Amino acid sequence: MKTITSLTPAMLADSAAVRVESLGPQGRISLRARGDLSALNGALGLDLPTRIGHRASTEGMEALCLGPDEWVLVLAHDRVDAMLAALGAVYDDHPHSATSISGREVSLLIDGPRAAELLAIACPRDIATIAEGAGRRTVFDGASVVIWHDAPGRFRMDVWNSFASFVAQTLITGARELAAEPVEGG
Amino acid sequence: MLLIHCPYCDETLPEAEFTYAGQAHIVRARTPSDQTDAEWEEFLFIRENVRGPHFERWRHFHGCGRYFNAVRDTVSDRFLTTYKAGEPRPDLSELEGRA
Repeated sequence: MKTITSLTPAMLADSAAVRVESLGPQGRISLRARGDLSALNGALGLDLPTRIGHRASTEGMEALCLGPDEWVLVLAHDRVDAMLAALGAVYDDHPHSATSISGREVSLLIDGPRAAELLAIACPRDIATIAEGAGRRTVFDGASVVIWHDAPGRFRMDVWNSFASFVAQTLITGARELAAEPVEGG
Repeated sequence: MLLIHCPYCDETLPEAEFTYAGQAHIVRARTPSDQTDAEWEEFLFIRENVRGPHFERWRHFHGCGRYFNAVRDTVSDRFLTTYKAGEPRPDLSELEGRA
């Protein structure tokens, strides 16, 4: 499957404070549904989280609840078609909308002891409210982004292709500033 | 910056995630063709512009994406409450007592 992306996988910034990396192609599905989700859960092989910001995962796939009736599924690129077909099979039991948005977004990895500080330069939300293992859609420097908190000091940011180079530039500038500051106690 | 409580996310979040969406509780007629010009004018253009508690719509644009309703005091800019779209107007006297 081919995708056009505005950022090819590369290390964008690398210092002791924080590392910013653009990640390779990723399969993504936007799922909208209401009501009893059991038919969809059966097709997906996981229980969709019902609290906004919560995540569920199964072998090779993660689901994040973005809104009261909205989820994003992240999975391998070559599994997207099979997953859409599986969801399509339960459409009659539970009408829903499932769309591949694999080409819409780019993921950036922000990793390091000062990763949360780097996000705070352009995100008005308190980063600490995104618990480890959770995720949120929020705003970063004017662009809508989804932030996943994977591990302490390790975040992923999904951003639309058209904003990706702009957002990456903000992160690179911020990472340089953090790298230029003297290390605490050093 | 204002902090706004989103009733869907159940979190109090910075204003920058939200967009304002005009006065709340304006109901479109069930049979639009029965409306007179004056009623259409009322529906489309006439707004309250109150000084004090104002019922208004907000959208959690950079978040869950949902529209919800809020009561904001237009003098102090304080949010008295927020509630989900479709829920009835909260009782103002009760809200002001709390604030």
